[in-house]
Amino acid sequence: MKPLNRSQMAWRAAQDITDGSLVNLGLGLPVSVADYVPAGLDVFFQSENGVIGVGPLASPEAADSDLVDAGSRQITLRRGAAIVDSPWSFSMIRGGHIDVTVLGAFEVAANGDLANWDMKIPNKGPLVGGAMDLAAAAKSVWVIMEHNTRSGGARIVKKCTLPLTAQRCVKRIYTDLAVMEINASGVLVREIAEGLSRDELQARTDAPLTFAADCKVLSAPPLAEVAAA
Amino acid sequence: MPINKHVGSAQEALADVRDGSTVMISGFGGAGFPNVLIRELVKRAPKNLTLVVNSATHRLSFTHELIEAGLVRKVICSAARGPGKELSPFEKLWKEGKIELQCLPQGTFAEAIRAGGAGIPAFFTPVGVGTDLTKGKEVRVFGDREYVLEQAITADLAIIRADTADTYGNLTFRFAQMNFGAAMATAAKLTVAEVREFRSEPTPHERVQLPGVYVDRVFVAPEAK
Repeated sequence: MKPLNRSQMAWRAAQDITDGSLVNLGLGLPVSVADYVPAGLDVFFQSENGVIGVGPLASPEAADSDLVDAGSRQITLRRGAAIVDSPWSFSMIRGGHIDVTVLGAFEVAANGDLANWDMKIPNKGPLVGGAMDLAAAAKSVWVIMEHNTRSGGARIVKKCTLPLTAQRCVKRIYTDLAVMEINASGVLVREIAEGLSRDELQARTDAPLTFAADCKVLSAPPLAEVAAA
Repeated sequence: MPINKHVGSAQEALADVRDGSTVMISGFGGAGFPNVLIRELVKRAPKNLTLVVNSATHRLSFTHELIEAGLVRKVICSAARGPGKELSPFEKLWKEGKIELQCLPQGTFAEAIRAGGAGIPAFFTPVGVGTDLTKGKEVRVFGDREYVLEQAITADLAIIRADTADTYGNLTFRFAQMNFGAAMATAAKLTVAEVREFRSEPTPHERVQLPGVYVDRVFVAPEAK
C-alpha cells in the first residue's frame, strides 16, 4: 500500500485549485499547498490579517515584522497584492468572496460538519482565530488531514465528537489514503491509495463510504516530506 | 486654537486611565502591537481592566504583562491558548477562575469592534451557528440560512501602533500593521497611538489611512522589543 506523505497530500490538493481563484490556506499543512500550485495558474492567496496576494516566505534580509501572514510568518507580497484591515478582511471572508479555503481538521462528519478548533486539552485556553469564519463562509471548504489519528482512530466519522467549527461545510477531503467529496448522500471516494482495498479504506473510516464509478488511484510525484506542524 | 494631537511621552498619553476601564489593544502576528503603551499601562497599574485584544497569548505582544500583573478582570479575544504545553499567564489565571474569558470567532470580534464604532449595536452573522461559541445567543433565519445575533463592542481606551502621524492625528500604517487598530480607534472614547515617525507637515489626504478625528493623542516611540 502506498499512502501519500504530507508534501504529496498538499500537492494533491493543489492540483484541484483553478486559475484565477482567491484561496485562503489554514495554518500547518494547508499553507504548503501554495508550494504546489501548477505552473501557469494565476492564484491569489488571502491571509486573514488582511493580506490579499501572499507571496513566498521572506528571506532573512527581506523579512519585515509588519509583513506577516495568519501564522505570524514573515512573508513577501506577490505582484498585484493589496492589504486591508481585519474588519475588511473578514468582510471578504464572511461575504463569500473566498473561492476555496483549505483547512486542517481533527474530524469531519459524513454530513460535512467540521471540527478543527478545539481538541479539549485540559486547562489550555481556546483558540478559534478565523477558523469558524472561513469554514462558515468560503465558497468551497476543503480539508487536508491524515486519514486516521496516531492511534488509528477514525477522523472521518458519522458524527463529530469534538466541538464543531461549522455545520455542513466541508466539500472535499484530501488524506494520505484517499480523495473524497461530500455531497447530499454522504462521503464519495474519488481516488484511493494504490494497493489499498475499498474494504480496508472503509475499515479505517467511521462514516459509510460510497465509491465513484470512475474511482481512480491516488498518486503524486515523489516529494520530500514536510515536517509535521 | 490649531489642533495638535502630539504628546511628549507614553506617560503623558496615558495619564488619566482609570480602574475598571475597557481597553482595546491592536496587533496581529507581530505587526501593530502597541508594546510601548502596554508597558506604560503596566506601570500605571489601573485595576480590573477588560481587555479587547485578538490574542491574549501572542508571544510578541506584551499583553501578557498586564495579565501577569493581575490588572485584568476579563479578556475578549479570538485566541487564548498559550504556545506549548506549559500554561501561559492567561491560562493559569483563567483556570483558577481569576479572569473571565469571552472567546469570539475572529471575524465576529473584528465586526463587533467595527459596529461599535459605527453606531450599530448588534448584527447577525452566519459564523458560529451551532457551535459552542454561540450557545445561548439569539438565532434567526434569513432566506434559507441561520444567523446568530452578536453584540457590538466599544471601549474607554484604544491603544494602537501605527507608522506615521501628523499634528491632526492622521495615521498611516506599514504593510499588515493596520489589522484591528483603525477599527479600535473608532470604537473607543479615547484613542492613543504610538508611531514610528511624527511628521510636521500634514499627511497628503490620499495617504491617510485613519483620519485624525478618531485619534486623540500620538507620540513617537521606537518599537519596544
